[in-house]
Order: sequence, then C-alpha cells, then structure tokens
Amino acid sequence: MNNIFKIIFSTSFGYAILRVTTPILFSGLGAVISDKAGVINIALEGTMLTSALTGVIVSALTQSTFFGVIAAILSGIFVSLLLSYFSLNLKTDIVLTGIAINLLASGGTIFILYLVAHDKGISTSLNSKVIPNVTIPLLNKIPILGPILSGHNILTYLSWISVAIVYILLYKTPLGVRIRAVGENPEAAESVGINVNKIRYIALCISCILASFGGAYMSMGYVSWFSTNMTSGRGFIALAAEAMGKGNPVGTLLTSLLFGFAGALSNNLQSLRIPSEFVQMIPYLATIVGLVIYSIRKTNMLKYKKEVQNA
Amino acid sequence: MNKDNIFEIFRTLMAIVISLILAFIIIFFISKQPYVALSKFLLGPLSKTRYFSNVLEMAIPLTFTGLAICIMFKANQFNLGAEGAFFMGAVTATIIGIKFSLPGLIHPILAIVCGGIIGGIFLFIPAFLKVKWNANELVSSLMLNYVMFYLGIYIVNYYLRDSNAGAMVSYKLKTTALLPNLIPKTRLHYGILIAILMIIITYFFLFRTKWGYAIRMVGFNSKFAIYSGINNKSVILYSQIIGGIIAGIGGATELLGMYSRFQWQNLPGYGWDGVIVAILSRNNPVLVPIAAFFLSYLRIGADLMARITDVPSEVVSVIQALVIMLVAAESFLAKWKHRVIAKKAIEEIKAEEVNMNEQYI
Repeated sequence: MNNIFKIIFSTSFGYAILRVTTPILFSGLGAVISDKAGVINIALEGTMLTSALTGVIVSALTQSTFFGVIAAILSGIFVSLLLSYFSLNLKTDIVLTGIAINLLASGGTIFILYLVAHDKGISTSLNSKVIPNVTIPLLNKIPILGPILSGHNILTYLSWISVAIVYILLYKTPLGVRIRAVGENPEAAESVGINVNKIRYIALCISCILASFGGAYMSMGYVSWFSTNMTSGRGFIALAAEAMGKGNPVGTLLTSLLFGFAGALSNNLQSLRIPSEFVQMIPYLATIVGLVIYSIRKTNMLKYKKEVQNA
Repeated sequence: MNKDNIFEIFRTLMAIVISLILAFIIIFFISKQPYVALSKFLLGPLSKTRYFSNVLEMAIPLTFTGLAICIMFKANQFNLGAEGAFFMGAVTATIIGIKFSLPGLIHPILAIVCGGIIGGIFLFIPAFLKVKWNANELVSSLMLNYVMFYLGIYIVNYYLRDSNAGAMVSYKLKTTALLPNLIPKTRLHYGILIAILMIIITYFFLFRTKWGYAIRMVGFNSKFAIYSGINNKSVILYSQIIGGIIAGIGGATELLGMYSRFQWQNLPGYGWDGVIVAILSRNNPVLVPIAAFFLSYLRIGADLMARITDVPSEVVSVIQALVIMLVAAESFLAKWKHRVIAKKAIEEIKAEEVNMNEQYI
C-alpha cells in the first residue's frame, strides 16, 4: 500500500497523468462538439486509429513531422465526411455508421500497414517522426508544478488550449450558437433558416479533427510507432468523459483528467505484485463507475426538479 | 411476399454488390496477380470440402452473436457487450471442462448452460444500470467488454494455465466435455445443431410469445408500448439478459467445438461481427444464418486469397463497413422505391378511371 502512495505522490506520476489524459481530452472535446450538435460520434475511436496510422506513414514518407500531422488531420476530415454523408444524407443510424467506421478503421489500418510496412502488428520498420516535447521557460523552474506541467508534447499543450478554443467556439461565436441550436431543437433551428445538415457536417468535421489530433499524439508523441488497435477504447472512454463532463468543455477536461489518473495508475502499478489483468482493467472500470455516479446524480436532479415543480 | 420485403432484399443485394465491386477495385489496384486473387476470394471456399466446412464452422459463432445482437437491437437496446459475453462464455466452458469430471453429453451441456448463464449475468449489468439510473448502455457495455476480457484472461492465467505448454494457454479440456465432430475429416462439430436450435427458439420467442411481442413493441415505439401497458423496464432488462445468454452459449459452444484448450489472447471480435450479421438479416432470426454464412464465406475466401496472393485478408473490412452503412441507410435507393410506388399508384388510378368510364358507357 505504501508503495502505491509513493507512486501516486510523485511528480513523475503527475506528469504521467497529463501524458495519458491528452488523447482522451482531445477525443472528449470532439465528443462535446458533436453532442452539442445533437449527433453522437461513436466513430471517434476509428478516427483516432486512422489518423494515428496516417501520421506515421506520411511522416515516414516525407520525413517531416509537420506533414505527418497535417495528413493525420486530413484523414480525420475524410472520416468525418464519410460519417456525415452516410448519417446525414443517406440517413443511416449514426451509431451504426460509427460502428461500421470503427470496424473499417480497425481492419483497414492493418490492411494499409501491411501494404506499407509488410507487417500486420507494428510500424517500427518505418522511420516515422515524432512530435517534439517542449520545455516551457520559467514554468519549469517552479518546484513540484514545474516537473509536472513542463516538458510535455506540443500536442498536450494544444489539448489544453483546445479546451478554451472549444469553449469560445461553442459559447462566443455565431457558429457555436448555431451548433447548440441545432442540437437543442433541430426543427426550431430549421424554422429560423439554419441549415441543420450543414451545421452538423461542420460539427462532425471539427469533432473528427480534434480526435485526429488525439490519434496523431498516440503514434507520434505518446509512443513513436503505430501498432494495431493501439487506441484500445480511448475513443469510447472519451464518450464517457464527455457524458460525465455534462457536455461542457471544462467539465470534460476534469473527467478526462480523472480517466488519465486511472490510466496512469494502471501503467505504473504494473511493477507491483498485483495481477496485471486487474491493473489494466482500472481505466475501464473507472469509466463504468464514473458513468454510474454521473447517471445517479442526473436522475436525482431530475427527481428534485420534478418535486420542485410539483410543490 | 409483399412489395416491401422484395424491395428490402433487392436493396441488401445492391449494397452487397456495390461493396464487392469496391473491394475488387482495391484488389486490382494493389495486387500483382488480381485474377488469381479474385478467383481465390470468390471461389476458394468452394474448391475443397475442407474449406467449405471452414465456412460453416465460422458461421456458427457468427450465428450466435448475430442472434444475440438481433434480440437487443429489436428492443432498440444498443448493447455491444456480446463481444465480452461471448468471451466469458468460452472461459466458463473452459473452467467446467477442466475442473469437472462428468460423463459425455452431460459435460458439454453443463458447460454450455453455465456459459450462457455467465453471459446473461454480465449483460444484465448495463441493462440494470440503464433501468435504475438511465446510464447509457452503449458506453457502459463497451467498457464492460474490456473488463470481461481482462477478468477472463486473469482466470485463465492464474487458475487454468498450463505451465508446460510454452504459450499462454489453459490445460487441455477433458475429452468428455468436447463437442464431437459431425462429419469426419472436417472440424464441423455438433455446435451447428445447437445453433440451428437456437435460431428456431429465438424465432419463436420473438414472434410467437408475449415477451417477444413486448420486445418488438418497445423497439418499434417505446412510448406507445408504455401507454399500451407494456413494462418498458422489464423489457430493457430481459432483452439484454437473453442477448447475453445467447452470446455466452455461443462462446461456450465455439470453445468446446473448435478447441481442445483455451488459447485466445485477444477478444475474438465475434461480438462486432454479430452487429454486421444482425444488420444484414434485418434483425430477423430466420435470416441470421444466411447473413452469418455470407460473412463467413467472405472471411474464409479472403483468408484463402491472402495465403496464396499478396492481398491481405483485411480487405474484407472494407466490404463489411460499406455493407453495414448501405443496408442501414434509409435513403439508399429510396428514390427508386418512391418511383416504383408512384408509378404503380398512377397505373392503378388510370385503371380505375378506365373502369369508371366503361361503367358510364
């Protein structure tokens, strides 16, 4: 038990939390935007996987990190177009479209990885680039906080900035108003001349772009290679983070940190004498427990509201 | 057969044809020997009895998870835990197969029944969370899959692992527990009979019982179902429990029929395949085996192709995804349907007018 506390109360553990949180936070913010527009984006998982592979391949081919990230984002946009076209134009249930895209991503990435790297498991034969870590001057001098907050990957910092960007986009811009209007009541939005499908196209596009940053981080920052199904459910955890964060960017940041904590704990406890299966289970169990706590609170709130109305 | 059904069949076939064409184009682009690849892909499974038997063998687990997803989707419950329930069913069958000594016949039956019960218990969790606190069953069941996976791997590694085997596998199951082969020289086992039985039971359950009717009503229009006195909550609960039971039975059957010890290191993915089967079969249990056979045929064909040519078998994932999206697309070919209906209506009106005119004359 002492060992566990020793691990948790170290600055390297704080650093690890932020490192593990990044992809969940990106996807969680993606989930926020699509959910605000009234469409549930199950394809976050597949989007992350697709852009993780695209980033690795393109950065290896061009020997440029920048082009790798750009390509990763473009692949995310492509996935969002596929998702939007089927769910909005052809009226396929968006959950089923999402499932289909996830299956496509999980098989398709293996397919492409095999064609490019002649390996079905891992991309180490490709000489792919990584996104650099940056040390922030002054911040790194602060005791305790310095080692936790400084020296992260550029994308980790971008994910924090994204929280603010998503907040401003949703609550301070005309597009944000439209997105929320479409999500609240599509008929009402339509009646005042908002093109519902167009707004949803945009929302899903932004949502997938955010997820593809998360994907690029996975294969070009968190680790320096692509391996099959490397996202292992992070896109789904992000959905839970968004639901528990009440669809709010700041709330999503907090819940993502919670799951980041569970993930970091799971990574660090593997050295202890606890069966690794249980340790690896932690993030998923934490998500279920978190979802239940959130749902209990929500049901209680509804009950309370009803009582107030009746009184 | 009415017009709607014919239209649905036509649409499904069109979706399959379009997806296959896309796969062919991809094969032509990437392969140095596209004709060999295509002929292996399409005709390979028919070339040997053993290969065709492989198709039937793989169709068995797909049928089980397809039926499980069918029942849950029919009640409009997006529970995707069939994957984990299937896995846990197999683990349970392994425990019974190793730790119990029973005569043949009874041994596999006990293992399969226990597998079903465990599957049902696990998928009860997301259902319960939904009924009690309105927690989204989609997210909770997705997470539960990972929990079930690690729990199953833990059980196998710590209690059943054969340390002499070199790889991470369990002890050999007692031979009394295994399902015998149905046809000599193939691996086709008695599980196919269990699958057929399951199809019949599921069909009767869904279309001939009160509970099945309630499931269909809740899935069709849950508000209407509540107003007409159907207990919505109990339907949500038992539809998912039954889904879990079927998936668990499937996992146990697969393990006892195809393996002599537990050797999965990953989730086998049959739960997701069940979604494809359920969508292809329009959540109709009678069509599930056809859809399962189709998917299994594609898989085996792709495997045979990958063995001989330079095309990886994962090309199937393109077909699968496109088929799901097109078949489930409400607007896919809807214009064509409207045109047919409109044309027919106009003809009928004209015919009536002619009749009317004749009467006046």
